[in-house]
Amino acid sequence: MSVKVSMKVNGKPVAADLEARTLLVTFIREHLRLTGTHVGCDTAQCGACTVLMNGKAIKSCSIVAMQAEGADILTIEGVAKPDGTLHPMQAAFKENHGLQCGFCTPGMVMNALDFAKSHPDPTEEEVRDSLEGNLCRCTGYHNIVKSIMAGARAMAGKP
Amino acid sequence: MTAPLIGARVQRKEDYRFLTGAGMYTDDVALPGQAYAAFVRSPHAHARIKKIALDQAKKSPAVLAVYTGADLAAAKVGGLPCGWLITDVNGQPMKEPPYPPLAQGKVRHVGERVAVVIAESLAQARDAAELIEVDYEVLPAVVDPVKAKGAPAIHEAAPDNACYVWALGDKAAVDGAFAKAAHVTKLDFVNNRLIPNAIEPRAANATYSRAEAGYTLYVASQNPHVERLLMTAFVLGLPENKVRVVAPDVGGGFGSKIYLYPEDVVVTWAAKQLNRPVKWTAERTESFVSDAHGRDHVTTAELALDRDGKFLALRVRTTANLGAYLSTFASCIPTILYATLLAGQYTTPLIYCEVTAVFTNTTPVDAYRGAGRPEATYVVERLVETAAREMKLDPAGIRRKNFIRQFPYQTPVALCYDTGNYEATLDAVMKMADVAGFKQRKEESLTKGKLRGLGYACYIEACGIAPSNVAGSLGARAGLFEAGEIRVHPTGTVTVFTGSHSHGQGHETTFAQVVADRLGLPIENVDIVHGDTSKVLFGMGTYGSRSIAVGGTAIVKALDKIVAKGRKIAAHLLEAAEADIEYDRGVFKVAGTDKQKTFGEVAFAAYVPHNYPLDKLEPGLNENAFYDPANFTFPAGSYVCEVEVDRDTGATQIVAFTAVDDFGKIINPMIVEGQVHGGLAQGIGQALTEGCRYDSTGQLVTGSFSDYAIPRAGDVPLFKLDTRETPCTHNPLGVKGCGEAGAIGAPAAVMNAITDALGVKDLPMPATAQTVWRSMHKAA
Amino acid sequence: MHAFDYHRPSNVKEALALASRKDEGRYLAGGQSLVQAMKLRLSSPTDLIDLNAIGDLKALKAESDAVTIGAMVRHAEVAASSGVRKAIPALASLAGIIGDRQVRHMGTLGGSLANNDPAADYPAAVLALGATIVTDKRKIEADKFFKGLYETALGPGELITAVSFPVPKRAAYMKFKNPASRFAIVGVFVADFGGKVRVGVTGAGPCAFRQADMEKALAAKFAPESVASIKVKADGLNSDLHASPEYRAHLITVMAKRAVEAAMK
Repeated sequence: MSVKVSMKVNGKPVAADLEARTLLVTFIREHLRLTGTHVGCDTAQCGACTVLMNGKAIKSCSIVAMQAEGADILTIEGVAKPDGTLHPMQAAFKENHGLQCGFCTPGMVMNALDFAKSHPDPTEEEVRDSLEGNLCRCTGYHNIVKSIMAGARAMAGKP
Repeated sequence: MTAPLIGARVQRKEDYRFLTGAGMYTDDVALPGQAYAAFVRSPHAHARIKKIALDQAKKSPAVLAVYTGADLAAAKVGGLPCGWLITDVNGQPMKEPPYPPLAQGKVRHVGERVAVVIAESLAQARDAAELIEVDYEVLPAVVDPVKAKGAPAIHEAAPDNACYVWALGDKAAVDGAFAKAAHVTKLDFVNNRLIPNAIEPRAANATYSRAEAGYTLYVASQNPHVERLLMTAFVLGLPENKVRVVAPDVGGGFGSKIYLYPEDVVVTWAAKQLNRPVKWTAERTESFVSDAHGRDHVTTAELALDRDGKFLALRVRTTANLGAYLSTFASCIPTILYATLLAGQYTTPLIYCEVTAVFTNTTPVDAYRGAGRPEATYVVERLVETAAREMKLDPAGIRRKNFIRQFPYQTPVALCYDTGNYEATLDAVMKMADVAGFKQRKEESLTKGKLRGLGYACYIEACGIAPSNVAGSLGARAGLFEAGEIRVHPTGTVTVFTGSHSHGQGHETTFAQVVADRLGLPIENVDIVHGDTSKVLFGMGTYGSRSIAVGGTAIVKALDKIVAKGRKIAAHLLEAAEADIEYDRGVFKVAGTDKQKTFGEVAFAAYVPHNYPLDKLEPGLNENAFYDPANFTFPAGSYVCEVEVDRDTGATQIVAFTAVDDFGKIINPMIVEGQVHGGLAQGIGQALTEGCRYDSTGQLVTGSFSDYAIPRAGDVPLFKLDTRETPCTHNPLGVKGCGEAGAIGAPAAVMNAITDALGVKDLPMPATAQTVWRSMHKAA
Repeated sequence: MHAFDYHRPSNVKEALALASRKDEGRYLAGGQSLVQAMKLRLSSPTDLIDLNAIGDLKALKAESDAVTIGAMVRHAEVAASSGVRKAIPALASLAGIIGDRQVRHMGTLGGSLANNDPAADYPAAVLALGATIVTDKRKIEADKFFKGLYETALGPGELITAVSFPVPKRAAYMKFKNPASRFAIVGVFVADFGGKVRVGVTGAGPCAFRQADMEKALAAKFAPESVASIKVKADGLNSDLHASPEYRAHLITVMAKRAVEAAMK
């Protein structure tokens, strides 16, 4: 069955005819060719596919595209400023060496963006808890935790 | 004038693209006319294939082709080769059974590829794959390596399921020393099987051009040139010049992406058959059954000591599980990279190690972060700690009593350590970890119902297997050098081509630091290119923490040639003798004068050779170098782990982990720390959470992230790190390598800490809450 | 994932009508379990009836004696609701540790209960609080809802619309997580209604169940020591790689004790 889906992705309205079984992540990667959102597992554990739907972090591998009908989706490609300047959370990952191979990174950043909104000055423990749904195999999380703590403070305008 | 870049915490050049979603991983590559492959995999661990019914699948919508092992055999596609020949104790070559890319007649592990469907879309390929009916005659399976001998034969070529029995050391002398020892410490343990799980699943996308009569393969690989060499020369019989292999951004490897895999071969072969690009990307559940696993040793280890705790001899017997087929480097991991490390940091004069490597009905096993060296460290460091406890000696003291202090040091297991200072790292880690305050912390923990324990591990690593001729005499079927090329552009900017591959290690930054520092150029003027056989002259790739020590040195050698030629050009331009030209931070000078030419001016002269010694010198400024190391490098370090065990549940929390490493000279401390963090987390994972489990029929019980626990953020602490430095003596940068250290040292440190907390001799890995609870329960 | 037809009803009536026509159809709530199962081809409904557009299922009402939560209310909304946090803080904190942040933004109360995963968190609270499951047809007592492994009292096409939780005097939930999946190996919800105590256990059996011995002991005296020495029988408890029945039995006692401690704080 083919369905019509429309939503906003990174501020732009998009629409398509899709097979109903198309996952949101497949729509984003294959149809919109926004390949910064990654797929690292098939059991909703790794979080590499995390995007924001109406401002909230969700796993785009775990819903069909139609569940995002009419929603506002933000992917990693829409995070930096239009002139290419990194968002403070992205900058914090760079400054704190919060990424190595880069594959889990978009999911980490997207989840952190949402988390930081409600945690302007998070503790180490709060950050570790917030990463329950994001796996990284390279960094041992050490610098990811530091990045998110610094990025959240930067977003809140704190030094 | 630029600040020194070697040793600086330079932020990574590669980060911007990864942080903005602009990375290009293999699955991100979409080629015009893209077709998609789905593999049909065996649900059985051991079975004869009686019949494969393909009709339904072939008729399924948008299917382009369906192939089985018979099609590949008809096309004379060969089996996958093994890159290291081990000679057994009787002088016989190891057994090398065929490893067909698609099963022929029999399947030997769950997840083995039986057929492939190629269709217009991935969903259609998967729909059709479901329609393939395979009639199996299920055979008895063996998964436990200790039971492999005597189990029904998996391969005709290895009737007793043994690939080889191999030994190193003087058995009689070792046995003699044990007979006279005042104390013998013995441990039986399993070094648990691990599933690497780089977060980017393996992927391959192959295309064939009739116009060029050539192939391009995009593949998530740690070593594209090796992939090409093995595939062209040994499997598909293609001319190497007609195959381009690109390993673009690769999302972690940890060993699992070193190897040539059947899927890579099948999509490459199929791309020509269909004249369409064919892409395959593993689903995670496919990764679990088809990526090479790691470790899986069953070991009995004994240490003989005199009454003062001086080590007299070490005797080790290991059965190593190779899985169902010989993966690319499987044979050298439990031998050359294991037994040779058993001296550790100690002067143990006599060592004997015997390894029986067997086939089982499990996924092939090969190198995983550390590869042999974590297993060796676990043997040595668990024995040493246990011996100290049994003899009521201080665990740090017993180590000090036996440390190697004179270098170079020839071990009884073939290696010659060039340099090190083990006392320095141990002193430093004990101070940083406040070992002196442990007793008090232990008492405080007890008031919260927690048992606290402290464990050490003093590891040795050997990086950059070398030299090639020695490795060759030990069975290596490949060279172990690295290649680099420096291309200076006419305006004085530089592109560096390296045969090393970066999949998280940050070579684009570290190597640029080396080049920019040596040439005295801004780092922005230096770019690193890797991962494409059509761009890079040659390469052996990245594994075994070899990149900076071997790949970095190749670059330095090419740089030396650039500077040497630059001096000739400058001498001409400055009308001075070549011997009088000095190169210093971007400027060629006539010694003792103010006459000089910048690097850019010299480069320009080389490409616009109007005023140029054309009679004596070729124009251009482009040099390459191949570097074959004289020896391994030997990073070493001392780790201290502190744990708290919940007495009620058995749950273990790492409350502190302190690591002091000696990696020789460090190019970028920020990146090195990141490598140690990641290694430690994987080592902690092996000790606490990760354990691949098969049931007795060969079904993988831990087949997804829902059952196989790789560490999450809450499972690891903030790490405390420091370094000490004894520069490597045989490479110009003095570097040793750092990629695997954490994974090598951490498991023993964690297990020493838990056994200390519980007051038990041993505990199996992973020490899950249930395992620990059972141990306490039994004790109670 | 196999192909299916997708429907997006805008009210309960339409949803029920679709369900009655599509025998092999399934309601789609947050999709955090169902879409996973479909991806792995473990579940292959012919039709998905997406409940996301039905506003009536998204109400949340916290009153002094009961909290009523619509079937399509997300875990994160329950966790963040000031009303729930005030009335039954243990329920809010349970919702705040289901799965992970991303899952909590999608997963729903109704979806969780209808799926009845043996290791899901909500069933422990539903049982311990003696909640009432409201469907399009009837009201089902908690004690009659969970029937077995992935099995509930719901009839074909029957749709959970809301769940009503009585407000206890005090309550707490303690969860011992599976290191891999992060589901409960054992989760224990203890609720004290003043003289009457209910204990709901999840993760340990084929579906959530009440622990009568502990309820009796806690009713006599609501204190950790009342449960600390109760040895739970291992018979019939789940066994897997991560926990044997004996270990689960032991953890029920430990988690119950800790839940009582937490409830008393």
